[in-house]
Amino acid sequence: MSDKKEPKSIERRRFLRSGMQMALAVSLGGVAGVSLLKSTSKDLVWQLDPFKCVQCGRCADECVMTPSAVKCVHAYDLCGYCDLCGGYLKPDANARTTAAENQLCPTAAIKRQYIEEPYFEYVIDEDLCIGCAKCVAGCTSFGNGSLHLQVRHDLCKNCNDCSIARVCPADAFQRVPADTPYLIKGGFTKGGSSKDNLKKG
Amino acid sequence: MSQLKRYFLLISILLFGAIQTFAADAKQRFPKPEFDSGYMQPQTTAASPRMIFLEYLDVLILLVVLSVVTWFVLKKRSRKGVFWTSVFSLLYFGFYREGCICSIGSIQNVVLGIVDPTYAIPLTALLFFLLPLVFSLFFGRTFCAGACPLGAIQDIVVLRPIELPKWIQKVLGLIPYLYLGLAVLYVATKSEFIICRYDPFVGLFRFDAPYNMLILGILFLAVGVFVARPYCRFFCPYGVLLGWMSKFSSRHMTITPAACIQCKLCSNSCPFGAIDEPVAETGKRRSNVNRLMTYFVLLPLWIGIGGFAGSMMHVPLSRFNQTVYLAEQIVEHPEVKNDAKNIDVRTFMSSGKSTEQLVQEADAIRRQFYLGGWLLGGFMGLVIGTSLINLSTFRRRIDWEPNKTNCLSCARCMDYCPVKKE
Repeated sequence: MSDKKEPKSIERRRFLRSGMQMALAVSLGGVAGVSLLKSTSKDLVWQLDPFKCVQCGRCADECVMTPSAVKCVHAYDLCGYCDLCGGYLKPDANARTTAAENQLCPTAAIKRQYIEEPYFEYVIDEDLCIGCAKCVAGCTSFGNGSLHLQVRHDLCKNCNDCSIARVCPADAFQRVPADTPYLIKGGFTKGGSSKDNLKKG
Repeated sequence: MSQLKRYFLLISILLFGAIQTFAADAKQRFPKPEFDSGYMQPQTTAASPRMIFLEYLDVLILLVVLSVVTWFVLKKRSRKGVFWTSVFSLLYFGFYREGCICSIGSIQNVVLGIVDPTYAIPLTALLFFLLPLVFSLFFGRTFCAGACPLGAIQDIVVLRPIELPKWIQKVLGLIPYLYLGLAVLYVATKSEFIICRYDPFVGLFRFDAPYNMLILGILFLAVGVFVARPYCRFFCPYGVLLGWMSKFSSRHMTITPAACIQCKLCSNSCPFGAIDEPVAETGKRRSNVNRLMTYFVLLPLWIGIGGFAGSMMHVPLSRFNQTVYLAEQIVEHPEVKNDAKNIDVRTFMSSGKSTEQLVQEADAIRRQFYLGGWLLGGFMGLVIGTSLINLSTFRRRIDWEPNKTNCLSCARCMDYCPVKKE
């Protein structure tokens, strides 16, 4: 190769390089533009729709957190304060007492407390709750469904791809805006169905 | 008799349905009592998620880290500076932010934002995707050098790097393209985010992960003692995009600050095999040109073969989609319908959806996989064909230069260069 050709080939290389650089910049800009059309300035977090939930128990096992970031919450407005609580007592419980053998919850995370005849209050100890949904199944089948699961955002790592959502058989998990991060049941006693309430956020 | 039975069944189903709707929509089964004892009802607790300004703070920190590391690489030419920046990134994006949000995974958010009309990509995720690519387009892969926590954790354990044979590097170097293609395919079919699911280090960042993922992470680090940064070089799908940008970057780092004196001191300094040696033209020019032309002619063939192979693979590929898997199970093994332990089947059976509907849905998804298989295979054919062209393209090089596609801008080689800036 002669010396005269050298600068030309280098010039050609530089031209190709900057041309490709421009092309890549334009395509990056294109991707950014298309994405921006539909982007949101809010952050998205995971939440589960308690009306879709089928209480399969996977929330307890599939979460990347141990114990799960999904916990049982109690919508007190919906609770009937029953003595015979389907969420607290095992179906075959031999007495309506707080004795361990009568409790449905495997970690005894529900605290039962007498209020007045014949009503009892049920409070979830979230430090003990593992999100297994056994109580939710009991409460939904035999009671008002005031116990239900929710992703707790102080515990949730907000994984890009929620490992529970991936295997949820009922497709109950969805991304919701971070400023309305909960889908808590409620509003029956305050008028209107809770489904309307849910939609209003 | 049987008619009577059926009638009775119908009535009871209707009744049951009526009770259900009644209970769900109108009134509670057990109305909330009026208390006389002055009982105060507790509040249902709802802890807030992370504050939004903190998410934007992450973007700002990424921008600052990228700027700092680029400054260390290009201006200060300081390996120490790059190293400590990467340690900061490891601590902040790795152990403090626990691996989420990350630029590698953000590819999937961008794709989902484009294909899924119901998904709006958060601005923070979009910025995490764009910023490193923009930096790479001008300054090379400085993101890999100092801002990526996955890179940083591997960079720390590079203690006894060995040089892999070139052909192994080339072959393994094709995996990231496949990984990228598969990731896009699985997002485009709304199946799952495989990059996040098989992130080997996120478990280490969280000190909590499924057993097999933890093993995988430790394995990557153990291999990484000898084969430097194996995930970055042979798996990272974001590295593919960064490599494309970096290849045409205008101000990529150089090994020497001035003119190369051909001392070869840098030749063994790169643990990633990313330094190109000087080459002189070999063989006859005529035969080189002929070979190149053949490879160009063969390129459409590669794409065609790849596409065909990809489309053949669409059935096993689609099995990772939950809907397709469920439909397959029910069609091929009808006995699972009676399996009370199969949660997916049980839930489907009680959902009221018919098997035909499910099969239709699964078929639609599978058709997407068929098209996706063609595209993915064609893409892989293009990648293989192009890398063959690259291999046979003669490019005269006089000096020792970083390979702009593969160079991670870690600045190790700079310490070895005896030339001082004029």
